[in-house]
Amino acid sequence: MSKPATARKGARRSGTLVRLIKLLFSFYPVLLPLVMAGVLLCGLINSIGSVFLQSALQVISTSWQTGDWSAAQPKILQIVLTLGTIYIIGNLSSLFWNRYMAVVTQGSLEKLREKMFNRMQDLPIRYFDTNQRGDIMSHYTNDIDTLRQMISQSLPNLLQTIIVLGTVLFIMLYFSVWMCLVIIAGIVCMVFLTKMLGSNSARFFLAQQRELGVVEGHIEEVMNGQKVVKAFCHEAAAEADFDERNERLFEVSQKANMYANILMPVLMNLGNLIYVVVALAGGIFLALNVPNLSISGMPLSIAVVVPFLNMTKQFCGQIGQVSQQINAVVMGLAGAERIFDLLDEEPEADEGYVTLVNARVNPKTWELEETDERTGLWAWKHPHRADGTVTYEPLRGDVRMVDVDFGYTPDHEVLHGVSVYAKPGQKVAFVGATGAGKTTITNLINRFYDIADGKIRYDGINVNKIRKSDLRRSLGVVLQDVNLFTGTVMDNIRYGNLDATDEECIKAAKLAGADDFISRLPEGYDTMLTGNGSQLSQGQRQLLSIARAAVADPPAMILDEATSSIDTRTEAIVQRGMDALMQGRTTFVIAHRLSTVRNSDVIICLDHGRIIERGTHDELIAKKGYYYQLYTGAFELE
Amino acid sequence: MIKTLAASIRDYLKPTIATPILVLCEVACEMTIPFVTANLIDTIKEGASVAQILPTAGVLVALAVVSLFFGAAAGITCSHASCGFAKNLRHDLFYRIQTFSFANIDAFSSSSLVTRLTTDITNVQQAFMLIIRIAVRAPLVLVFAFVMAYAMGGYISFVYLAMIPLLGIGLGLIIHKATPIFTRVFHKYDALNESVEENVTGMRVVKSYVREDYEKQKFATAAQDVCADFTRAEKLLAFNNPMMNFCVNGAFVVIIYLGSKLIITSQATAFDVGQLSSTFTYGFQILMSLMQLSMIFVMVTMAEESARRICEVLQAEPTIANPAEPVREVADGSIDFDHVSFKYSAHAERQALDDIDLHIASGETIGIIGGTGSAKSTLVNLIARLYDASEGTVRVGGVDVRDYDLDALRHQVAMVLQKNVLFSGTIADNLRWGDADATDEEIREAAHLACADEFVDGFPKGYDTWIEQGGSNVSGGQKQRLCIARALLRRPKVLILDDSTSAVDTKTDAKIRAGLASYLPDTTKLIIAQRVSSVQDADRIIVMEGGRIASIGTHEELLETSEIYRETFTSQNKMTEEAEAVEAAARELESADAEDPAVATAADGYALKGGEAHE
Repeated sequence: MSKPATARKGARRSGTLVRLIKLLFSFYPVLLPLVMAGVLLCGLINSIGSVFLQSALQVISTSWQTGDWSAAQPKILQIVLTLGTIYIIGNLSSLFWNRYMAVVTQGSLEKLREKMFNRMQDLPIRYFDTNQRGDIMSHYTNDIDTLRQMISQSLPNLLQTIIVLGTVLFIMLYFSVWMCLVIIAGIVCMVFLTKMLGSNSARFFLAQQRELGVVEGHIEEVMNGQKVVKAFCHEAAAEADFDERNERLFEVSQKANMYANILMPVLMNLGNLIYVVVALAGGIFLALNVPNLSISGMPLSIAVVVPFLNMTKQFCGQIGQVSQQINAVVMGLAGAERIFDLLDEEPEADEGYVTLVNARVNPKTWELEETDERTGLWAWKHPHRADGTVTYEPLRGDVRMVDVDFGYTPDHEVLHGVSVYAKPGQKVAFVGATGAGKTTITNLINRFYDIADGKIRYDGINVNKIRKSDLRRSLGVVLQDVNLFTGTVMDNIRYGNLDATDEECIKAAKLAGADDFISRLPEGYDTMLTGNGSQLSQGQRQLLSIARAAVADPPAMILDEATSSIDTRTEAIVQRGMDALMQGRTTFVIAHRLSTVRNSDVIICLDHGRIIERGTHDELIAKKGYYYQLYTGAFELE
Repeated sequence: MIKTLAASIRDYLKPTIATPILVLCEVACEMTIPFVTANLIDTIKEGASVAQILPTAGVLVALAVVSLFFGAAAGITCSHASCGFAKNLRHDLFYRIQTFSFANIDAFSSSSLVTRLTTDITNVQQAFMLIIRIAVRAPLVLVFAFVMAYAMGGYISFVYLAMIPLLGIGLGLIIHKATPIFTRVFHKYDALNESVEENVTGMRVVKSYVREDYEKQKFATAAQDVCADFTRAEKLLAFNNPMMNFCVNGAFVVIIYLGSKLIITSQATAFDVGQLSSTFTYGFQILMSLMQLSMIFVMVTMAEESARRICEVLQAEPTIANPAEPVREVADGSIDFDHVSFKYSAHAERQALDDIDLHIASGETIGIIGGTGSAKSTLVNLIARLYDASEGTVRVGGVDVRDYDLDALRHQVAMVLQKNVLFSGTIADNLRWGDADATDEEIREAAHLACADEFVDGFPKGYDTWIEQGGSNVSGGQKQRLCIARALLRRPKVLILDDSTSAVDTKTDAKIRAGLASYLPDTTKLIIAQRVSSVQDADRIIVMEGGRIASIGTHEELLETSEIYRETFTSQNKMTEEAEAVEAAARELESADAEDPAVATAADGYALKGGEAHE
């Protein structure tokens, strides 16, 4: 990697760290500083223990030759009692910070999770169309997990290290500058080694994460296709593929762990070597009677050298501990970076100000007015900015698209000059090959995506002026791929309308032809659905999805291949229910089964983003064009 | 459980054993160091010259170097052992899953298998690494350090001993309280992540029903619940460190007092400053090892759940296995169901298949039709022994399917499953699943018969076109045709198409069926379909309803006898007939060379932009 790139990456890392710390403080503006104070106090107390040992030794050195314990006893007792008190304070503060660090860690993770989830809910559909599900999920699992380790262990550890090193350094300088210099020279070696081994370790740990991703991807693919693997006796080949990836993962993870494992013994024994050097230096200084240079001004003596040796141990031990956090920090920062990327995604913009309200007809004036009750009559509340008046427009379900151009990316237009007119209560069908732009059109009507050129009007109002949530509430959507949520069957139907009673839900299920199979489930409507309703067949799931839309009772509906997995006999039953449901509602239908679209008021044939034909079934058959060819089976809808 | 897991160590047994031994050596060196240090301090204290200090220092340096060597070596063997163990475990798990029957796969969902192969193994690997290294090291250090402390300070070292039961009780209490919370919260945590995943996949539904705020609320409640539990458990664990510190600090204080007294009263004959200092060093090491032990205890407790989930898979017996002396030849494609009943699980109330008695001659073409949930797929799944019948026998080629070698049976019974999957790889790779040795020529032939060649040839890279995971870059109909081609390459004695042409147009569908008839004339063909047109030419058609055979016969017979069949037929054929009539009319029109300009106008009242439809 080139130097500037590394530098930029480094800058980004430190930016991430600063942002993370700021965020943590904003979550716990009082508690976090208190916890930090506790950590500092603890560090301080841990490092001044040796001062008391030193003073005890001083007492000993003055009285051991006389053997007079009674003279020394009060002094020693005083030292011991002071030390005991300080230790108790230290332990209490340690208890305090450890317990509240748990609160801060878990609370921060929870708040981050919520932040991510809330942001995710506000992101446009484009985000979900362009990002892999697994990648989005790993923000909630891997990235959060790496952060947990970093917040709960690495950060307090780093803080503690700074304070311990600081105080120990001060104490050492207090006693002897020369000895201190010896130790610092050793520390430089340690830091250098840590950096070398640690960066290797971090590099392989990141590689390990990557290979783990590859193995996971392969496992997921095979597990999802396991039945096909079995049916084709393809187990051996799947195993060989797996072994190859598994071996690669082993290679890097072994190296990553190796560097991490040898770091500790290396540092510890380097610490021992430094210890020897310090002892030697002490001996030499003592033997040569080197004049001491120190803050305290006391001469170099055995009472100075012995605590020095203890401090050396402490110093090196602390560095050893920090070194154990290197991987956690590197991976935690990488995780934080990815989390921030999600948090920084631009949410779905909504400048709409026209809202959907319950309305009733004023018995005196015969005009629409707003009401809080559910009247079944809806109106668009349209405040006019120019003159400050508010008008109410009844919701009818009149949708017009005029000359719409659209592309998912600016350089690739997929719809060209599309115009669609749907009168209230009409059924409009879209027919065409995969990629012709059928689903794209429905994506534009409910503004999952915004058009590049042209206009879309809903009951005469520009859809851009309608608040997105109200626009979508007025449009029921049933998609080919059914998504169900963990919960009972009843909960899933009620998803369409949270206020619906059980009776209303059951009525909707009957209308959708789902009641029959639901009542045969082990616990009927109270059967728990998990894993996207995996215990149901695709057709059953589609029936549920239709029931969900039916209970929502929207004025307009989009059915995108909604009955594709339902057998034709059942479909005929569903169709009757749907026809009753769709009475007087505008419906957009996409289906490759032409029997589904036959009775539409308008059938629109699309090809490569252009409308090539439109008309009723009879008209299009008579025209003997594209639709006619489809219908007679001359070519397939692909 | 341990035995099951330990079986995966295998070729990494050497490093697994070497690691504790190396650790032992490392600890031995490490523990002598403070002993030597005490000497060093004494020498210095006596005001010895540098020359007198040097030998002791030399011993110290040597010890540190040797200890470093052993420590690093242990680190290396440990990384080999733990990563190797994880590799083998992952391998064993994966291979075990490959032996699973469909019933086993249904019992574990595929997402739970993925978790077991990834997260759970990582947890167990961590625990394994801790066990062979730190869990060996910590007690060794503890014992060594105590022995050394005793050697140094005599009875003073018993102060350390006194705090061990104290700590033990404290730790026991903490873990006893925290473990159940952890077990509970991990389940909640999984559920939380599952609900996130549901949102990610179902975002269109969430947004369509404007349920963003509802989902946020739901998530916040669940996340706060998880957080509260985690906090409760970790707050308990937070007692760990202060408790340790408290004990060790207390010991220090007592030792300073007693040590000073001993030195002074004995005039430094029984105990001296150097020994006192070393006693502290050992005390520090005792503390560290106790801390490590408690940490290991917590980690291992957490990994236990993962280990249990892994063992569940490793110990699951495949419900379908090869018989002792399997039949390896499938004589012909005849299929017999003798009063077969089937339940998906032993305690299911309803029979999925109920007393099926069916006999199919080799080479026959059988159509199967029936509503959603009528057990069409279940019926054919028994033929390839994807499931075993609960009652009765299924025979292929006159032999009970349970007597066949599974590979031999499945090689001869090729299935195109309803939920079909393509795998990442080229088109040719995918087709070679049918026959690994197929030549390019054979692949092209199979693709041609499945009418897949028409679109494959259109791809710039042809058969080398890369298929994305799950076949997401080909359309439904293309996928189905590739899957048929894959099965054809097998040249099986029995071919089962389970609703495999639903996304293919009727004309291509007919072409594929014609191709099958000529390419595999002797193969017994079972075709499950929604469309009557897909089965009406079959020798016999089975109408399924509610797990039973409602009727069986030819197209003409069923039109007479089966109401279900008739209904299905008329609902679908109303439009076909109409289409034919219209086609005839159009042909007439065409012959009259008349073009009707009225067609271009739309049905509704809104005016169309005139030119657009003809662009």
